Amino acid sequence: MSTKRMMLSFPKSETEKPIVYHLVKDYDLVINIFRAKVTPEEYGYLVLDVSGSDDNIKRGMDFVRTFNVEVDEAGVGVAWDAQRCTHCGSCLPHCPTKALRIVDPKTRVVGFFPSDCVECLACITYCPFGACSSLF
Amino acid sequence: MKSYEEINAKIESKKAVVLTAEEVIDYVEKKGLEAAAKEVDVVTTATFGPMCSSGCFLNFGHSKPRIRITQAWIDDVEAYGGVAAADVYLGATQLRRNDPANLYYPGEFRYGGGYVIEKLVAGERLELHAVSYGTDDYPLRELRTWFTIKDLNQAIMVNPRNCYQNYNVAINCSDRTLHTYLGVLRPGMQNLTYSSAGQLSPLLNDPLYETIGVGTSVWLAGARGHVHSEGTQFASIAERGPNDVPMEGAGTLGLTANMKEMKPRYVRGISLIGYGVSLALGVGIPIPILGPHILKRTTVRDSEIFASVIDYSSDYPNRTGKVLCRLSYEELRKGEVVVSGKKVQVGSMSSYAMALEVASALRDEIKRGDFLLSKPYKRLPPSQSQKPLVIREKRK
Repeated sequence: MSTKRMMLSFPKSETEKPIVYHLVKDYDLVINIFRAKVTPEEYGYLVLDVSGSDDNIKRGMDFVRTFNVEVDEAGVGVAWDAQRCTHCGSCLPHCPTKALRIVDPKTRVVGFFPSDCVECLACITYCPFGACSSLF
Repeated sequence: MKSYEEINAKIESKKAVVLTAEEVIDYVEKKGLEAAAKEVDVVTTATFGPMCSSGCFLNFGHSKPRIRITQAWIDDVEAYGGVAAADVYLGATQLRRNDPANLYYPGEFRYGGGYVIEKLVAGERLELHAVSYGTDDYPLRELRTWFTIKDLNQAIMVNPRNCYQNYNVAINCSDRTLHTYLGVLRPGMQNLTYSSAGQLSPLLNDPLYETIGVGTSVWLAGARGHVHSEGTQFASIAERGPNDVPMEGAGTLGLTANMKEMKPRYVRGISLIGYGVSLALGVGIPIPILGPHILKRTTVRDSEIFASVIDYSSDYPNRTGKVLCRLSYEELRKGEVVVSGKKVQVGSMSSYAMALEVASALRDEIKRGDFLLSKPYKRLPPSQSQKPLVIREKRK
């Protein structure tokens, strides 16, 4: 059993099919969706955690790809710009999962841990330095 | 006891012993105060954070034909033109022309003076739009051009108020979210924000202004500048702890330096949702160790520096003077504190990491003999308080 963060990019037309349903039902995967925009006739995206056996995850993603859906297995919809971040720490109380946290208590350098990010986007609104941004 | 001249002579011969305000704490503990005072020549202090009362004078040179600028915009941000024909002053908190501000609350404030200053220092090309009424000697009435900092005769940062000695900790006791210059404060005291480099901060290492005064050399965003005056709102009369360290704002510094020598990493535009734009700056100030007494001051620790927690939903806007409690920077840096029996998440507007970087950079410059100290020619006012603005009903 493992959990992988995925970012699925949907082409303009492939939005009518219940892809997530099939991932759960046919491939025995646990799906945790963080962010989604799937609108008919528009480019869409889905950021989710997929949990299951490695084999099922692989087969599930192969199934998803048959719909022309692009699967980015390192996919995170939030980007943190290390050069813009000044490590002030104003994001810290607003990040619910501590994906943004102090890496070294002595120097108080802040780091971003994408695997902990649930894409609530609070940091994007609150960072005075504009260090965080959304890919979509 | 050492003199400024002796310390500078050691710096010039690259033999000065220089420590950051963080390093000096353990050093003195190990060596003892008297012995350490003989060895250490300089302690470097620093801070990095939003410094609202900042801005710069720019001289564009004269166009052909000449224009006597009355109003000017740089990248659509107004720079004050009531100085002279080709001089303007650009303030850090100036909004961009047509910014809806808080009309659609909370306003986003994506661009403004602080960002223009950042771009200038980064060497980017900016647009100048200037207008005038036209005179016999300055006939041109409007111009639009593009320039970089290299095209300017002078770009001099002149900040009326930087380096607040200490600062409020902002919290929100109300039931609605607040958007402040100390960030977003969620209702019911869910989070609070402090803003100080604590044990690294310049005026917390020289609480009674015994070495930092008018004329002191400072490291302002990588350029060598100086203290040009007491900062605005300077209030040496403040509540202080047994170590003389104030527990509220207290002292401030007016700083200036040549922007052409600054490093863009330490000059950063900031956007505060629902509040406005500003500028974050890195400042380093060297403290000459003239004797054990001065050295002792620099060994102040986060656990010995206290800040006042203020409710920004009512006590701050209405200036009631009420302080909810006092917390040390050591407690604040733990990330979670208890206020009125409630656990509160801590955020900061000031960057300790960047302050540490600045203090180290200044230490290295002094060690290399590249940065000399200067003796202040005037002390900061020892007993001064801040006056309020009185709203009068009549002229007399």
